Amino acid sequence: MRPFIRFESVSKAFGSLTVVNALDLAIEKGEFVSLLGPSGSGKTTILMMLAGFERPTQGAIYLDGKRIDHLPPYRRQMGVVFQNYALFPHMSVAENVAFPLEMQRVPRAEITERVERALDMVKLKQLKDRRPSQLSGGQQQRIALTRALVFEPSVILMDEPLGALDKQLREHMQLEIRELHKRLGLTIVFVTHDQSEALTMSDRIAVFNAGRIEQIDVPQVIYDTPRTRFVAEFIGETNLIEAKVASVDNQVARLSLGAGLSARAHAGNGLSAGQTASFSLRPERIRLGASPEGSNALDMTITDCIYHGDHMRVQLTRDEFSLVARCERLAGNWTVGAPVVASFDPSDCTVLTQ
Amino acid sequence: MFRAIQITFGIAIVVFLLMPIFAILPLAFTSSVFLNYPIPAYSMRWMHELTTADVWRTSIVNSLIIGSGATVFATVLGTLASLGMRSGTLPMVGLLRTLFLLPMVVPAVVLGVGMQIFLVRLGLASTYLGVIIAHAVLCIPFVIVSVSAALQGIDPSIERAASSLGAPPVTVFRRVTLPLAIPGVVSGAIFAFATSLDEVVLTLFVAGPNQRTLARQMFSSIRENINPTVAAAALLLIIGTLCLGGLATLLRWRQKRSALETAPSAI
Repeated sequence: MRPFIRFESVSKAFGSLTVVNALDLAIEKGEFVSLLGPSGSGKTTILMMLAGFERPTQGAIYLDGKRIDHLPPYRRQMGVVFQNYALFPHMSVAENVAFPLEMQRVPRAEITERVERALDMVKLKQLKDRRPSQLSGGQQQRIALTRALVFEPSVILMDEPLGALDKQLREHMQLEIRELHKRLGLTIVFVTHDQSEALTMSDRIAVFNAGRIEQIDVPQVIYDTPRTRFVAEFIGETNLIEAKVASVDNQVARLSLGAGLSARAHAGNGLSAGQTASFSLRPERIRLGASPEGSNALDMTITDCIYHGDHMRVQLTRDEFSLVARCERLAGNWTVGAPVVASFDPSDCTVLTQ
Repeated sequence: MFRAIQITFGIAIVVFLLMPIFAILPLAFTSSVFLNYPIPAYSMRWMHELTTADVWRTSIVNSLIIGSGATVFATVLGTLASLGMRSGTLPMVGLLRTLFLLPMVVPAVVLGVGMQIFLVRLGLASTYLGVIIAHAVLCIPFVIVSVSAALQGIDPSIERAASSLGAPPVTVFRRVTLPLAIPGVVSGAIFAFATSLDEVVLTLFVAGPNQRTLARQMFSSIRENINPTVAAAALLLIIGTLCLGGLATLLRWRQKRSALETAPSAI
């Protein structure tokens, strides 16, 4: 199947600074793809190139099989939602939403009807005569979203649209956008630096670092089996383990962790005995106390315990080797200084390529 | 003690600045033929003279014609220049801006001499168009300063949004940029008109007897036949300038208020 949006070895440089480096990216119709990365990783530049505000220095961008990178923004039929909403301050809410329809020369009567219907969808019909400045941030964002949706664009692009909202409203809007995406079958490209936002909303996440995609996959794979050190550290919290590979047997590597400890990990391909490699182990995958059949069991000492309300963060050490575990509650006799068995499944210890 | 000195000093400065104006204004209503105090009796004689005598009447009309012409010229050119300098595609914008603002600081005499030579070459010396062009040069910096400030207040992502919603560049300008910049354009136009209204030096160089403006007429009447009409003319100019100044202040106030409104509220 031909992808709906396709970046073909796209590069973008501003002067001598390369912001996007030979990017290949394919997005299917109806997909919600997040571009996730720290600021300066090139994710916004990619969105701006897709919208037509920036031109690639090299490469080509296709939409539905047609090359679009030479088209100006107003001929691309994409709805863009900006971080600061970018509503027209001199127009009423209804005029804002009507703007894209006027540009398409939709008849007057139909515009009125479609604007009403669109405002109804986001439950803001009663505000249609207000100016944007008279609305709250959340309302402004909803109007910006409505304005981007009302002309039925082929793609919706969002540039950190929830960045200016407070936490509660942000989570509410996340659900609302997700719901709209499902209901209308929208293709959405969503730029964010908030990993939890990307995890909860997306069909797929592309993790960016220094103008390249480090990993692109469904949220669960990104979280559970990060491929690179950058992804492991950027998404969630993790234990980075540098270990020496003692032996590899049937895709299971035996690692020596130092301090006399050893563990087994799923090695995949490309590991060989004698080399040193990095591994990621999520804190919540570490169990304290029990060690089921087939799991790794390490004798450690509790050196610190931090209360977080819904969970505890437990610092475990043995000589120079240390781990952080996350657990819901501690058994009574586990206090700082107590010995404990930490266990985890070999499949939860993921090898990183860099 | 220090506070008292501050207040006294402040009042002294204000008196110093306003005294000439207050000194001349009552003379507009004197019944005497001399431009000095004491005023024997109050009359509308000179106001009448100002509005009926041919030289004065034509000079008022001339001022309005030349002022309007220069304002239109300067506003259009100054707005275009501001847009161009904002677009981000021009090299050496800083240098260009300085050049555009130069007429503000170059001595009017220098500008006048240059203008005269230039306009004679073009065959425009002693024509309305010539005077209008000369005044426009002087007015453009005011428009540029005012329009640039207004454009700077427009969030570029608003224009990008319009473009992504299907508006070609001309439509973006007509529907978004211009409506948002219009307070700046209008206040620039007001400053331009006020500048043209009281311009004397340049007018002396480039205007012929037919383009004698009110300011120019006042200047010559002081030297030729001094009488209180000049005070009446001064009163007219001051009232005109006050109205324009008030309009500009009102506009700036409204612009500031709407700028506050458009700032995204972090709710």
